[in-house]
Amino acid sequence: MNKKMEKILQNRELNLVLLTAVLLIAISFRAPSFLALKNIERIINDTAILIMVASGQLLVILTGGIDLSVGSTIAFSGMAVSMLNQYNPEIPVVLLIFLGILIGTALGAFNGACVAFGKVPPVITTLGTMSIFRGFTFVLSKGQWVTAHEMTEAYMNIPKGKLLGIPNLTLWAVAVFAVMFYFIRYTRSGREIYAVGGNKTAAHFVGVSERKVNFMVFTVAGALCGLAGVMWTARYAAAVNETATGFELQTVAACVLGGVSLAGGAGTLTGVVMGALFLGIINNALPVVNLSPFFQMGIQGFVVLAAIVANVLMEQRNDRKLLAGRRR
Amino acid sequence: MGNSMEHVSQTRLINETSLKERMIDLATRWEFILVVLFLAVVVYFSNASPHFLDYFNLMNTTFNFMEKAILALPMIFVIMCGDIDISVASIIALSSFSMGFASSKGADTPEIVLVGLAVGLLAGVINGLMVTGLKIPAIAVTLGSSSLFRGISQAVLEDQAYTHYPESFGYFGQGYVGESLVPFELLLFVILAAVMGFVLHRTTYGRKLYAVGNSLTAARFSGVPVSRIRFMNMALNGLFAGIAAVLLTSRIGSTRPNIATGYEMEAITLVVLGGVSITGGKGNIVGVIIAVFLLGYLKFGMGLLNLSAKVMIITTGFLLIGAVLIPELLNMLKSWRKLKNQQKGL
Amino acid sequence: MKNTVLELKDIAKYFPGIKALDKVDFTIRTGEVHALIGENGAGKSTLVKIMTGVYQPTKGTIFRNGKSVQFKTSHDAQAAGVVAIHQEASMFSELTVTENIFMGHHLRKKSGMLDWKAMTRHTAELLDKLELDISPDTLIKNLGTAQRHMVEIAKALSVDAEVVIMDEPTSALSLKEVEELYKIIRQLKNDGKAIVFISHKFDEIFEICDYFTVFRDGQYIGEGEVPKSSIDEIVRMMVGRSLNQMYPKKDPKIGESILDVEGLSLPGYFSDVSFNLHRGEILGFFGLVGAGRSEVMRTIFGIDKKSAGKITLKGEVLEMASPGLAMRKGIAYVPEDRQEQGAILEMSLSHNITLPQINGLSSFGVLNSRKERGVTEEYGNKMEIKAASWKVNANTLSGGNQQKVVLAKWLATNPQILILDEPTKGIDVATKAAVHEFISEMAAEGLAVIMVSSELPEILGMSDRIVIMHEGKVTAVMNRDEADSDNIILAATGHGRGEKK
Repeated sequence: MNKKMEKILQNRELNLVLLTAVLLIAISFRAPSFLALKNIERIINDTAILIMVASGQLLVILTGGIDLSVGSTIAFSGMAVSMLNQYNPEIPVVLLIFLGILIGTALGAFNGACVAFGKVPPVITTLGTMSIFRGFTFVLSKGQWVTAHEMTEAYMNIPKGKLLGIPNLTLWAVAVFAVMFYFIRYTRSGREIYAVGGNKTAAHFVGVSERKVNFMVFTVAGALCGLAGVMWTARYAAAVNETATGFELQTVAACVLGGVSLAGGAGTLTGVVMGALFLGIINNALPVVNLSPFFQMGIQGFVVLAAIVANVLMEQRNDRKLLAGRRR
Repeated sequence: MGNSMEHVSQTRLINETSLKERMIDLATRWEFILVVLFLAVVVYFSNASPHFLDYFNLMNTTFNFMEKAILALPMIFVIMCGDIDISVASIIALSSFSMGFASSKGADTPEIVLVGLAVGLLAGVINGLMVTGLKIPAIAVTLGSSSLFRGISQAVLEDQAYTHYPESFGYFGQGYVGESLVPFELLLFVILAAVMGFVLHRTTYGRKLYAVGNSLTAARFSGVPVSRIRFMNMALNGLFAGIAAVLLTSRIGSTRPNIATGYEMEAITLVVLGGVSITGGKGNIVGVIIAVFLLGYLKFGMGLLNLSAKVMIITTGFLLIGAVLIPELLNMLKSWRKLKNQQKGL
Repeated sequence: MKNTVLELKDIAKYFPGIKALDKVDFTIRTGEVHALIGENGAGKSTLVKIMTGVYQPTKGTIFRNGKSVQFKTSHDAQAAGVVAIHQEASMFSELTVTENIFMGHHLRKKSGMLDWKAMTRHTAELLDKLELDISPDTLIKNLGTAQRHMVEIAKALSVDAEVVIMDEPTSALSLKEVEELYKIIRQLKNDGKAIVFISHKFDEIFEICDYFTVFRDGQYIGEGEVPKSSIDEIVRMMVGRSLNQMYPKKDPKIGESILDVEGLSLPGYFSDVSFNLHRGEILGFFGLVGAGRSEVMRTIFGIDKKSAGKITLKGEVLEMASPGLAMRKGIAYVPEDRQEQGAILEMSLSHNITLPQINGLSSFGVLNSRKERGVTEEYGNKMEIKAASWKVNANTLSGGNQQKVVLAKWLATNPQILILDEPTKGIDVATKAAVHEFISEMAAEGLAVIMVSSELPEILGMSDRIVIMHEGKVTAVMNRDEADSDNIILAATGHGRGEKK
């Protein structure tokens, strides 16, 4: 019995579920309406973009890297697609979504090429491209915005429409989750990410190409940012130059909260989704507990640090247990 | 021992290399490339604009990059040891916010400065404790703390600003040394660079930095207190961010939550551009100093040609990546040549 | 019915600055267990990596069934039916046993989707065959060293290969597990597979191998049939000189006890380790890989923190809180991994040698280059390091010279206790003899020496007393005259206190 409890406590995803439940209950004391189905639906919809981008971030972190350029990639692809929509309203939205993904893929591939073939560490690469892509956004837009009345109705409806009563944006997130889940769990390439992140030498021995994997994860992360760029600009009916500034922190936070090891090689997609939802709840709860949105940044920073510290402490404890139990 | 061993003539790995090889070695030395780049910048912009080679302008434009240059100095130590600190800009925000708060409560210049430095140091200490005490990677810690530190000042200030500082506080970021045209910021940078250069190249602390950077494990096995050194680096980084906060706040005379955004990228760019290896263990102060003026005057020149700030940011981003990418490519070329020579020899 | 399945002709492998292999020929036949013999650093592992496509040869040709082939990745080698059990830990500790076995060649359904069910089933079968009582879903990090090695073996068997290369497969296995492995090898042999067996334990070679090839310092030395050869012959090929030349043991002048270790424990690595060490003594530490010898040394040197026990140095009970403290108390530790832990490769020889005592060579934290040069020259010359200057980086030197730099660096601290962890691993034969002679001399001068080694001849040839460990416990302590290879191996594999069966 005691052993079972121990096992439950060691399961990070379960821990997070418990923590989320506690958080929800605490908030609902303050505002019972928070737990209404409609509100929950809204929280999930609000978190949809984060889920998409965080699952790309997951792949990068699994290899032991980090992608700090996600916010800028979202901004650039969102701006590019919005401007296309503005000046060529006749282009069908399906094609726009496709173009958004394509642009994001190209930016991600640039990151991937620097890391995989130029051996530039991920932090440096993406710290650089974070500025470069943001700068390109300004250059492209000449500092101007694309606002709601310059976008077509069809474009703004990409996330807003509903299917069977569920908002499209949520459905997109579910689709991304499904594809990514399949990719990570049921393809060789997906498993190779864990190999490279877990033990580079061993990966080399079994013929897994570190270069290929590194290039792949950044490219996929870029593609998801591209999709997110379209969703973001369409949802908020505005493409501004500052779109998604600081979003990289939220994606990393979702991963860390979901139990992904920043050293690489360990972490699950389900964990990341739950980490993202946890952040979504916090963001949505701020007005409920009478905190101004200006608190968001500080609280996120605090949550990230707390999550990292908790993860590390738990890991160290588990390691000690593991060692003590392994022999004698 | 000894009698059992034959005395073989010394292997002259270095002396045997040909003149051509040595020329290639020199040309691929990073400081050499930096100096060439610097001269290129000077020559190009003095031809492009009559205002570039002007003593007053050259002095005055240093106001625009001295705070970042000061951030770069302890960042050399941090990066040398294989760590990174992306929270320095947020430490500036927190420190500046504290100074504004102190000033609004009626503190005078010395107290304000003290508050700024102390808050910076404290923030650095917090980072350092998490990195070394809890063994969390520096990138993770500082990503989180950057949001926390700036978030604190944002939560309190919201969209307001502190704009009232004592008049004498203005000297640090706006004043000149005596009657000269030399900004106080520049003088302070020169002094700090000299001190940090001395520490890096002439003291046991510096030697240990190189040891930790090259091989953390081997350094630990050699009795180097690795954790203490990495902690000190992070703390120092915080303190210098406090200094930069004093200068910046004094220069612009106000504190907003978005103060110094993007400074961490520039500071890291200066260090990496200066030839400090991001994987640790290589680099020197001279390279970074050249990088400071190279980037500073490049931006000044670009400004004279009316290029927008965004173009400069793009340039900085490419310089950051290029500074790592190009030596890496040169290295690949070098070891490929070496291997080919070996094959030819047999 | 022996057919040549894999033939290597005139193979060379260069790394920048190093010739790891040169002019190597090697032939593998079906239905034969072929021993690849050589000391550490002779180039065996490099050859394995070439045969499995991890490295590409700089020169030379590989023939598979008479046809010239190129293995660009280990996939190519695997597709050609060549697999290896690598010596280095090559596991993914966060992943399951199943995944570790199938990484790189996951089974797929017709749709291209990974077939986890089939993989788990296969894994269960393989584990069964190896009589391993672990679930396919266990994470590798939850397994012990020996179990991990068995999983490595299962991994190689999961591919239906014609050539199976085993790089020191027994180094961490107990006697029972070794028997299990022999059974599998014999079965593979009867199935007409070709097996390459790498080992430097002669009892194993004579037990299981049919043919042998000897390497020394990256070069092919000779080959022959095992049953028609003697140990002496093979040893002479291996080391290029006779044994007593290799181990120039001096008459010990053993003094008073200087170090007393009592009940030292570190959970997961070792427990209740007690021994003592005298001045002028060479105390050998023997055991299988993973027995916990290095961890004991690391703990004494203050790198790992003990959970229980007492370390007494010259009557003073010490809490070894850091390597710095251990050094100040006169302990020097030459670690096992020269490249990772011993030398700092990208630093100059001089800076390497002075690093442990850099505080002493400075005034108020400011370096004193005159003092530094003095120390460098004194100990560098004493160790007869061959280099162009003291300013060149350590990575420009050969393995043997690097090891001399590490030794010089620790001697310069004037230690009273010198702990050597695998002091001759991966260095050439000439330097090896020099290092041995030097160890003897230092002991004769009154230094207390602990020598951890996995090479039995080295342990037998050099030690005054031998401490034998098995799975984190001291199983025997023997005097030089009562130790022989049989009772040491028995104690090291956990069979009593070394008494024969």
